[in-house]
Order: sequence, then C-alpha cells, then structure tokens
Amino acid sequence: MRIVDHTQLEELAREGTRSLCPDHTRITVGTASCGSATGGREALAAVREEVATAGLAVDLRETGCIGYCQVEPVLEVLRPGEPRVLFHHADAHRARLIVRALAEGRMPTELALCWIPRNGERPEWALPRYDEVPFYSKQLKIVLRNSGVIDPDSLPEYAARGGYHALWRALTEMTPEEVADEVEKAGLRGRGGAGVPTGRKWRLCRDAPGDEKFVVCNADEGDPGAYMDRAVLEGDPHSVLEGMAIGAYSMGSSQGYIYVRDEYPLAIQKLERAIADARTAGLLGRSVFGSAFSFDVHLARGGGAFVCGEETSLLQSIEGKMGEPNQRPPFPAQRGLWGKPTNVNNVETWANVPEIVSRGSAWYAGIGTPSSKGTKVFSLVGKVQNTGLVEVPMGITLREIVFDIGGGILGGKKFKAVQTGGPSGGCIPDRFLDLPVDYEELNRTGSIMGSGGMIVMDEGTCMVDVARYFLDFLREESCGKCVPCREGIERMLEILERICNGEGREEDLPLLEELATTTKDFSLCGLGGTAPNPVLTTLQYFRDEYDAHIREHRCPAAVCKALVHYSIDYALCDDCGACIKLCPSGAIVGEAKRPTEFIDEKCIKCGACLEVCKPAAIRVQ
Amino acid sequence: MAGATVDTILARHGYEEHALIAVLQEIQRERNWLPPEDLATVARMLRVPASRVYGIASFYKAFSLVPRGRHVVQVCTGTACHVRGAPQILDRLGRDLEIQPGHTTNDMRFTLEKVRCLGCCSIAPVVRVGEHIHGRLTQVRAGSMLKKYP
Ligand SMILES: Cc1cc2nc3c(=O)[nH]c(=O)nc-3n(C[C@H](O)[C@H](O)[C@H](O)COP(=O)(O)O)c2cc1C
Ligand code: SF4
Ligand code: FES
Repeated sequence: MRIVDHTQLEELAREGTRSLCPDHTRITVGTASCGSATGGREALAAVREEVATAGLAVDLRETGCIGYCQVEPVLEVLRPGEPRVLFHHADAHRARLIVRALAEGRMPTELALCWIPRNGERPEWALPRYDEVPFYSKQLKIVLRNSGVIDPDSLPEYAARGGYHALWRALTEMTPEEVADEVEKAGLRGRGGAGVPTGRKWRLCRDAPGDEKFVVCNADEGDPGAYMDRAVLEGDPHSVLEGMAIGAYSMGSSQGYIYVRDEYPLAIQKLERAIADARTAGLLGRSVFGSAFSFDVHLARGGGAFVCGEETSLLQSIEGKMGEPNQRPPFPAQRGLWGKPTNVNNVETWANVPEIVSRGSAWYAGIGTPSSKGTKVFSLVGKVQNTGLVEVPMGITLREIVFDIGGGILGGKKFKAVQTGGPSGGCIPDRFLDLPVDYEELNRTGSIMGSGGMIVMDEGTCMVDVARYFLDFLREESCGKCVPCREGIERMLEILERICNGEGREEDLPLLEELATTTKDFSLCGLGGTAPNPVLTTLQYFRDEYDAHIREHRCPAAVCKALVHYSIDYALCDDCGACIKLCPSGAIVGEAKRPTEFIDEKCIKCGACLEVCKPAAIRVQ
Repeated sequence: MAGATVDTILARHGYEEHALIAVLQEIQRERNWLPPEDLATVARMLRVPASRVYGIASFYKAFSLVPRGRHVVQVCTGTACHVRGAPQILDRLGRDLEIQPGHTTNDMRFTLEKVRCLGCCSIAPVVRVGEHIHGRLTQVRAGSMLKKYP
C-alpha cells in the first residue's frame, strides 16, 4: 500500500505497535552478525522448537545488536502488562530453559540480565533495571535507538518508533532551506572521521549549480575495530534511508547511493529488504508520500579496499573505476558522482538526521559539549571486560567509558592505552583518561575521533608492535598514487620491523620522526596524511618501550617474538600435561604428564602452552 | 555454459560499464574466483579494454585471479583481533593447513586469507569460514573448527 497521508502513516505505526507489543508473549533473539556468531541462530531455533512443543502463543522475532556483545547471545521476552526482560548468554540450552519457565507461567529472572521499562511498570523481580546495569548506565541512545529492539525487516515496527514521521514533517511542514538550517543549528558533525559540520556541507551541495545531485551514504566502515555502522545497517536500516531522504529533499537530490563494504553481507541483505519495503510503501521512489518530491536509493558494494572509504575514491568506485582519491578541491559538493554535486555522509551521521528533525535542533544541541553536539557511538573492544557498542553523550570521559561502562581491563591487568581513530588515529595513554571525549579534545592528544573505534590495550600490548601493525595495514592499503605515502609508509615499516626484531638502532627514532613528518605533509589524501599518527603518538607517549627494544633488546609487553623466550615455572606447574600434548614443535619434554625439560631452540613461540596452562606456569620474558 | 552465466549476469546489469565491479562480484560469487575466460567475456561485452577489467580485478582485494578452495578461511587481523591473539590464530591455521596466507591447500579444500575487520570486533579474535563467523577463538578451538568443513 502506498502511504500518501498522515492517517495512513499513523495506521502503519499502529500496526507496528501491535507487533512490538502483542497481546501475547513476544520473544526476540539478537541475530545480527555478532549475535549469530555467538549462537543466536541456534537459540532462535531452540526457542521455535520449545514454543511448538509447549504449544505457547508466542510471537518470535529477530532483532539487531543491542550493544552488549560481551553477553551475547541475547534474548528478550515481553509479556503483556510487564516490562521487557533481557536475557544474557542465551545460547540454545538457556533459551530452552527460558521458554520452559514461561510455559509454566513463570518469568525466569534468574537467567536474566535486567528489565527494560515500558509504561512505568514496577516489577517485583529481584533484577536490576536496564540503567542499573553498569554497561548501560551512562548510555544515551539516539543512533542506536531501535537496534536490538525492532525487527529490522519490519517497516511497521520502525514506524511505530516514530520512523518516517521526520520525513513526513520535513516534506509537509518545512522548506528544504529550513531542514538544512535545523541540521546546522543542531550542531551535527560528520561521524565518518573528520567531523565536518553536516549542515554546512549540505548547504554547499544545495547551493551548487546543477539540476541533478546525489546523496551518498558511506558504509565502507574501513577502520578496523569499529563496527557501529554495521550494527545500524543490520539493526535499523530504515533510519539511514529516512535520513538520506530528508537530506535529499533539503539538497534537491532525487538519487542516492549506499556504498557498503563487501565484508557486510547481512547489512546488504537488510538494506535490500528495507529499500524494497520503503518503495512499496511509497516512502522511496517517485512522488514520496504522494508529494512532488521523488527520491530513490541504490546499493553499491565495495571491493575490500580501505582507501575507498575516502569520499573521492568511494565515488570513483561507485562509477565502476579503481578507487583512487582525487585532489580536493573540487569537493564532491561541487563535482562529485558523474561530475554532479554530491554529498557524502557516514551511516551514523545519516541515522542522526531523522531524530534531529523530529525532536528539533534545540534538543539535540542541548546534548554534548560546546564544540561537539549529540552522542557518539563507540565500539569498545580489545582488552576490556565488557565489549560492545556504547552510545554516550559527547563530553563523557575516557575513564567513564573504559572503566564504568567497560568494567575495566580484562583479567585484572593494567590499562596501557586506548587506540582511537583507526589507522589515522593514535594511542592515548592513561594520563588522558579524564579527558572529556569530543573532536577537539581527542585531536589535542594527537589522535582523532575517527569513526569511533576504541581499542583498549593493556600491559600485554606492545606499542611498538601496534605502530608496526598499523603501518603494515596501511602499506597494503595505500593506493600508491603518491610517492610520499607509498615510500614513506614502506620505509617507516622497515624501521619498525627492525626494531621489533631487536635490530633497531638509536638513530632510527629521529629518522622515523622525519619520515613521519614528510609523509604527513606531502600526501594527497587523508590515508597518507594521517598514516604517521600511530607512529607519532606511540613515540611520544611510549618512548620507553622503543628504547627497551633498541637498547636492551627487550619487549616489555612480551609480544615481539624475536625478543621473547618461553620457560616453565615448575613451582606453579600442576602436572596436567596439557602443554606437552599441545606443543606443536616438541619443545616441552615430559615424563608422563609432568614436564621435565623446556628446549628453547625448538620453541616456535606460538603460545599454545600459554593458552592452555591453567595455573599460569608458562613464563614469557 | 560459462559464457551463458556471465551473459546472464551482464544482462542483469543492463550491460552498463559502470556496473563492472558489481558484475565481477557476481561472477566471483558464482565461481569463487575470476577465471580469465570470464574476464575476457566481460571486456568484450562491455566494450572496455581487458587491461581495465584486470586493473579492477587486481585493485580490489575481494577479487581472486586464482582458483580458491571450497572453504575460504578468513582470519581477521583487525586491531581488536590483533591485540586479542589473531597473529597466533593465523599461525596456527597456517601450520595446520601447511600453507601461507593467500594460498590454497593442494586438495582444494581450504584457502587461507587475512581480512581487515569483519565487524565482530566485540567477540575477537574472529575467523570467517565461508558464510560462518566464529568468534572468541582460541588456538585449540580454531584447530577443531576446521573439522566442520569437509
Ligand atoms: C583513507 C580514508 C578512509 C576513510 N574511510 C571512511 C569510512 O570507512 N567510513 C566513513 O564514513 N568515512 C571514511 N572516511 C572519511 C570520508 O572521506 C568522508 O569524510 C566521510 O564519509 C564524510 O561523511 P561525514 O561528514 O558524515 O563524516 C575516510 C577517509 C579517508 C582519508
Ligand atoms: S596519500 Fe596514499 S592512499 Fe592517498 S592518494 Fe596518495 S598514495 Fe593514495
Ligand atoms: S577487528 Fe576483528 S572483527 Fe573487527
């Protein structure tokens, strides 16, 4: 059915409400990529089976990622008149227990994580409320408002949460100019890396001469360790489509592209479905909402090249060419896709737009810091207790993110650094933990906000190895168009490999700094321009680790293979024999299950013994 | 037969030159790699120089110009996986399969590849085999994981 007036949109929303809050039990299982990989699919099948066996009336639905990946698979139960109940570690076995309890008329709160308020109910369960769970305590969800809540394949459920109301409002109550104004006043800045004010960019494209314009969604999500865009696309694809439609209306465009990286097949599947449903409902395509505004969206798949996340290179790739960056200016707003004015925004940027239009710029601008408004989604990963996606207001401190939300470092180890901004960013040491997180403050540390990856590193992470790692990444990803980038990265990598091998020289460090500056200043695009950041920040904050490698041929974190030796602390050994069995090179000799000798020359330093040793009797020094 | 499939794919994209990448992606999905005769067909039908087709096929890492194994084992070497033991997992799989990353076993059962982030960083270290993502791996679990793929 094509929706052409507000009554019909309201009817769609009511249909969604009926499916979100049915008059019998609703069970949702998180089956985003992360949920599926941890057993969500098996849990779903188990629920289906148990429900059939028990003959329960249950609406079983799939949903996206609710952020707390550490406790996945996650399952949610909603019974009429009760709040939502979230279950953690809900693998097939526990999923069965949950359904069986429900069949007995009981809510198995002993398996649950928390309850999520709906209509002010106050249950008597001895269970924390959602915002009492440390992981969720300081979060504010705008971008992730629907992810893990609605069925991403359900347009009505999206509408029930206010979806497409912002587009309706823009088309019927606002001029294109007013929409751009609103986004500008909200203070929204691009979430793809550089933090360019979105309203200003839209205005450039709006004002550029030409009848044909394009809006593009950058879903290339190239920064390793960042996955918020995947979560949005898999869990709430309509929010991106609605944001793009609003932007297209404001900029006078009728065609949009979403460039999705090849590694995200499920995101592509969800987007295809969402686009098809939106077209059928008349929310995309000719004459949106029956108005004079037409807008359609096409998908383009990436080919696994990091540089294609850079906007000029991305546009080349959509045109079917090699993704090499172009000199800017001209900016895409002037000459973009097929030479036409084009506006590129990141997934998270687009997903913010409908909320800004619905709730107003004043509301949005009231969140965050003077220079950075709204929230930011971070992927909190690495050596941290609670891994997952966290959406927090700008201005929260790193300490609150890593320690309050993240629960601190894994295994009681010591915090060393947090890496932000991907290969263009840097490593921030503990002295900055109380820094309020926004674009400017992160820049001050020599790192950048980037797309929001936050990789936590502990005392077992070698910072020289991290610098080497990023250069290795960038060497493979540099398109090779300009010499400073290609050669600079290659040379810096050579030096770092030498240092990691214990063959570093004193004069290597000044040489690294010199190469870093040249690469930074003379590269064409941001890849080369920011490539030295991981090197420069580690040199600045962790020079002692470089020195230990060079002067003492020692890797303090015991990571660099050439510099470490394994041995056994026999006093701690409990004679389980696991290491003898697992060592692939026969370096651990034993009598029965008792290791008696460690042959250093045979050891290939694979770490198999370390992984399997329960009493931690394997020494790496 | 080969030509027919490629033709279907090209037809689906209206023989449009700008669909070149999408066409190659579909061929690769169909065949698991990009055979030279298919690339020649694409160049001929889209009327573009073969050098351009090869340029694209080698620029983008998703494409393979050599046949790949039945199961493509992709070890994530993204930052989150790197700090949580991806190098050890990669080494382990390389030892088990007796191949270097980028290579295929003689029996064509497995191809071992490195990828930069599969977007499941929260459950690092991560390996994808075909369509399946395996997370929270240890060396031991990575080894036994392969047994599931005949
Ligand atoms: C090497 C390189 C890689 C980039 N990768 C991405 C990416 O994966 N996703 C993204 O949204 N932006 C990426 N960017 C930034 C884009 O060029 C562009 O600034 C951004 O998509 C604009 O959207 P925004 O204003 O909403 O942030 C990258 C930039 C560079 C230089
Ligand atoms: S800076 Fe590097 S990636 Fe960017 S255009 Fe130059 S060579 Fe290519
Ligand atoms: S870093 Fe491995 S999945 Fe993201």
